[in-house]
Amino acid sequence: MIELSDFLILGAMLFTLSMAGIFINRKNVLILLMAIELMLLSVNMNFVAFSHYLGDTAGQVFVFFILTVAAAEAAIGLAILVLLFRNRRTINVDDLDELRG
Amino acid sequence: MNFEIAELVAVAPEITLLSLACVVLLVDLFICDSCRIVTWLLTLGSLLVTAAVVAMGMGGESQILFSGSIVRDAMGDVLKIAILLITTMVFLYSKEYQQERGLYRGEYFVLGLFGVLGMMILVSTHSFLTLYLGLELMSLSMYAMVALQRDSARASEAAMKYFVLGALASGMLLYGISMIYGATGTLNVGEVANAIQLQSGDQDLNLVLVFGLVFMVSGIAFKLGAVPFHMWVPDVYHGAPTSVTLYIGSAPKIAAFAMVMRLLVDGLGGLVVDWQPMLIILALLSMAFGNVIAIAQTNLKRMLAYSGISHIGFLLLGVLSGTEAGFESAMFYAITYALTSAGGFGMILLMSHRGFEAEEISDYKGLAKKSPWFALMMLILMFSMAGVPPTVGFYAKLAVLQQVISVDLVWLAVAAVFFSIIGAYYYLRVIKTIYFDMPDEDAVASPQFGLDPAGLTLSANALVVLVLGLFPGQLMMICQSAIG
Repeated sequence: MIELSDFLILGAMLFTLSMAGIFINRKNVLILLMAIELMLLSVNMNFVAFSHYLGDTAGQVFVFFILTVAAAEAAIGLAILVLLFRNRRTINVDDLDELRG
Repeated sequence: MNFEIAELVAVAPEITLLSLACVVLLVDLFICDSCRIVTWLLTLGSLLVTAAVVAMGMGGESQILFSGSIVRDAMGDVLKIAILLITTMVFLYSKEYQQERGLYRGEYFVLGLFGVLGMMILVSTHSFLTLYLGLELMSLSMYAMVALQRDSARASEAAMKYFVLGALASGMLLYGISMIYGATGTLNVGEVANAIQLQSGDQDLNLVLVFGLVFMVSGIAFKLGAVPFHMWVPDVYHGAPTSVTLYIGSAPKIAAFAMVMRLLVDGLGGLVVDWQPMLIILALLSMAFGNVIAIAQTNLKRMLAYSGISHIGFLLLGVLSGTEAGFESAMFYAITYALTSAGGFGMILLMSHRGFEAEEISDYKGLAKKSPWFALMMLILMFSMAGVPPTVGFYAKLAVLQQVISVDLVWLAVAAVFFSIIGAYYYLRVIKTIYFDMPDEDAVASPQFGLDPAGLTLSANALVVLVLGLFPGQLMMICQSAIG
């Protein structure tokens, strides 16, 4: 029998991986987009696990909405990425330094 | 799970705005470039009609509808009207600027309208699901708007940064929501509050709740732009076309305040002892970093971005006091800050010409000699941001500080005053540049008072800031009746 905590640990590991992917990655913007997807999926894992163990379907419904919004988000992210490549001829994270805060 | 037609009446404003936004989208497809003014007028009309619909449905008790996913109450109505009117001003300001830069297209208006729809949903949310959907509708529209200037490398870089950090914030917020869902077994804000009341003694569950709360507060802080989650604010404000900066810097702040209220107060009000210290840290850091770093800026848009960060700190001061009077003062602060900020960016729009962005503070040298009226308006706006009486910024800061003192956080109030004195320096520097510096020889002509929409809006905006400062009672009373 797989315990709830096992799912939560897996979710937390995926979430940490995606955070590391966003902050450590200095090479490619595409990898950032992949890390963002992974982050949303790790949340989905949490929701499905809780939903199953609580016997409440609301969490699974939430997952469908997250998946849909993630698709829309990926579409906008990729569109911005294409725009960025057209203007800068690079998608290297380190080269995005025209604006410094 | 029964559905009643009567429930649709309560969401009539959202339905109206959605239908009108679709009309604008379709009409814009069939008209020529030279008659784009039709789209512009339709957009303004949509916002005003929606505001009228909200005003018609005002009053009465708060209702919870659609199986607890939407709430319609006095606070929501007031905030919606504020959002709609301020966005109307944004579109009035930006017409000429957009025309001169080839951005005068239907996309800007349609995305703007859908963004406002997202804000309205965010304001009336009563479940984590609608909260997420409203937030994403608002954010996705704004990502696309920042990237609207397709040939600008700066704008696309800003859009990318905004997108990545915004998506990260949504991810953290969702992770927090999933933890709260696990601990309470419900997504409904009201039921979450009840569940927290019931299980307040349970140590294990409390740990899970606080764990979720940390992620939630980080996600909110990202969206608000509070230090240490503020990295995107200056870059996005600077890189985006000024008309979009104006949009992002005004009405979404009101929506973000509503999000804080719905999540932390309505939902997790039982955990106030846990989130109060987190908000104290965020508020203190925002005021300190925002004000100190703003001093070093020579670019007015960047300066206003850092000033916005410090204002978010003040807004959080009102929320963290955890009392009803504190929420009222924070609501007052959010509305008046959005108004003042719209004026500040509106001034940049008004000063810009074809091929010239009036972004640098030095571009404003000697403005008082060239166009004394607008120099005076800028003076009022800068005074309001700095918190100098008799402008509304002073009263807003005073109200927030009173509430902080009333919950015995005197040291925090002293720190807030200290940082706002530091902040006064860079606002006064802008005024000094306008009034006491000599204009450059090669300076381009500056705006004269005329009947153009942007100029009239700016005058009205600055005068409202002044009048609200002289007679703050009315708006304060509206805020009081909205929260109490």
